[in-house]
Amino acid sequence: MAKILLGGMEIEVDEDGFIQEPERWNKEVAEDLAKIEMAYPMSDDHWKVVNYLRNYYLEFEIAPPIRMLTKQTGFDLKYIYQLFPRGPAVGACKVAGLPKPTGCV
Amino acid sequence: MSAEALGPKEVLKTIDYKPVKRSWLELTVEFRKGTYLYTPPRKLLDYLGLPNPRKWLPSEKDWQLPENWRQIILEGMKDRLSKYRSFQLFLDICVRCGACADKCPFFIGSGDPKNMPVLRTELLRSVYRKYFTTSGKLFGKLAGARELTEDVVKEWFYYFYQCTECRRCSVFCVYGIDTCEITMMARELLNSLGCGVNWIVDPAAKCYRLGNHLGLPPHGFKGVIDTAIEDIREITGIKVEVSLNRKGAEVLFVVPSADYFASPHWFTFLGYLMLFHEIGLDYTFSTYASEGGNFGFFHSAELAKRLNAKMYAEAKRLKVKWILGGECGHMWRVLHQYMDTYNGPADFLEEPVSPITGTKFENAKSTKMVHICEFTADLIYHNKLKLEPSRNDRWKVTFHDSCNMTRAVGLFEEPRYIIKNVCNYFYEMPENTIKERTFCCGSGSGIGADEHLEVRLRGGFPRANAVKYVRERYGVNLLACICAIDKATLPPLLQYWVPGVEVAGVHELVGNALVMKGEKPRVTDLRFQPLKGEEGEGDV
Repeated sequence: MAKILLGGMEIEVDEDGFIQEPERWNKEVAEDLAKIEMAYPMSDDHWKVVNYLRNYYLEFEIAPPIRMLTKQTGFDLKYIYQLFPRGPAVGACKVAGLPKPTGCV
Repeated sequence: MSAEALGPKEVLKTIDYKPVKRSWLELTVEFRKGTYLYTPPRKLLDYLGLPNPRKWLPSEKDWQLPENWRQIILEGMKDRLSKYRSFQLFLDICVRCGACADKCPFFIGSGDPKNMPVLRTELLRSVYRKYFTTSGKLFGKLAGARELTEDVVKEWFYYFYQCTECRRCSVFCVYGIDTCEITMMARELLNSLGCGVNWIVDPAAKCYRLGNHLGLPPHGFKGVIDTAIEDIREITGIKVEVSLNRKGAEVLFVVPSADYFASPHWFTFLGYLMLFHEIGLDYTFSTYASEGGNFGFFHSAELAKRLNAKMYAEAKRLKVKWILGGECGHMWRVLHQYMDTYNGPADFLEEPVSPITGTKFENAKSTKMVHICEFTADLIYHNKLKLEPSRNDRWKVTFHDSCNMTRAVGLFEEPRYIIKNVCNYFYEMPENTIKERTFCCGSGSGIGADEHLEVRLRGGFPRANAVKYVRERYGVNLLACICAIDKATLPPLLQYWVPGVEVAGVHELVGNALVMKGEKPRVTDLRFQPLKGEEGEGDV
């Protein structure tokens, strides 16, 4: 696995660029990831999504179900795709420093 | 260039069915991005106690195989040949007639001759001949035998993860050879070398640790249920009751975890809860058996057995009478064809009887587990539901038979019967692409990862092509299905090949049509989209 420069730090990422050291995530890391995910500059709405994902992850160690994300942020899926062109599971989760969900999703 | 970058028309031009000149024994695998799956991190293999964990990628030259890798494979083959009569039989009896060749969706979508089931099997069969048959030992190449080399292992990895174990080929084989079983054996052998894929091992490890493939812990599951209850209240004005881990409930309800996690699965999940409320079913979810699917099944029989055991352990602990299962594909394959010998018989449960209609589900006598479509079709047949199909009028629906539900379970009519009762517009895809001859989604059996998109788009092409036919002919805009992998992987497939067709579960359509006692006038469907006639255009 490779290390890339994010927020001025060398951080290990997986094959798809998801960070492997979630504890080193911070605002600057998120912004650098947002550049990769075509979600830069980050607006308040970007942060609303990212913060919700992040807080959910800290509590449950997993990304939230899609419906909880749309309900809690008040954004529909279409708008989330506008904010994060690669969608909630790839784009938004990556920026928020979460691992990618796997399985029938 | 990858399929995603190319666009549909250009991809079709890359498919060439003309026989190639070189010998099939020649090794030609190239691990290009989009055509291979990532490998699991060491910690997951360690967690499950799986052999030979290490850091490696298929695209690297050195796979760091364990020193005695050849011995591991050959002993593994020997063991399986003695254990499974079918394995030996399928390796011995093929006459290479080629009836299966053009039936595989991956061959149709790629034109790669080694994706013909006969030749895919030959990749393993040639090694079997070399080390386990007299003719192969004596005559070698002349008898179609070849040495087991590292390149052969690489070729196995490449092609046995381009098979979704959908078993369409087996329908056409005059001998009934089930290439899926060959793929299963090959994957077991690969896994014994630690050559597994992350998309399979990660969900399996999470399921083992936390109860479901996604790794949602019990308190997370509770939050999800509350969100579903809230959604249903917003749409219908009714507050449904849902219990978790309730001892003494009549029925344990098990769904694939994607139903309460992903989209469009979610709307089917709402449909289940609405239906159960309406008929007053005495049921409970379990947070320990919060997964119907079984990604262990795509890894090895051993891992499948370990994951399958949870469901029955929980049914026993909660003292339910029987188990009801949701819209999942391979869960039913495992249940229907393996569970009884993995962890059965479940004789501590009762033979399932619908508490609403009194129907005895004879077919579930042994496993004690009933499919939600059998259950709902029976309710409709006995007039127990009030339905308003016009609420689904924005959809022109076709039905995709999931490979496991048809070829493993034979569930053809129940979902169709339900759809015809809850929708006004239903159109079948061509006869040779449905029921036992259905084309698979191209992403089942644990190969549905993003990094594998080119393979998926090619393997799913025949399915999408049949959808295109009904789209052009009848204006179909919804593909209904009863499998969570379908719901996850068909949307990107259709978006690529036939844009404008959405994907839904059958119980989403049931939830839309279901008239509940005391409900408020519905203005939206379960997707919170206005019902036809409620968009302000007045075209009721």
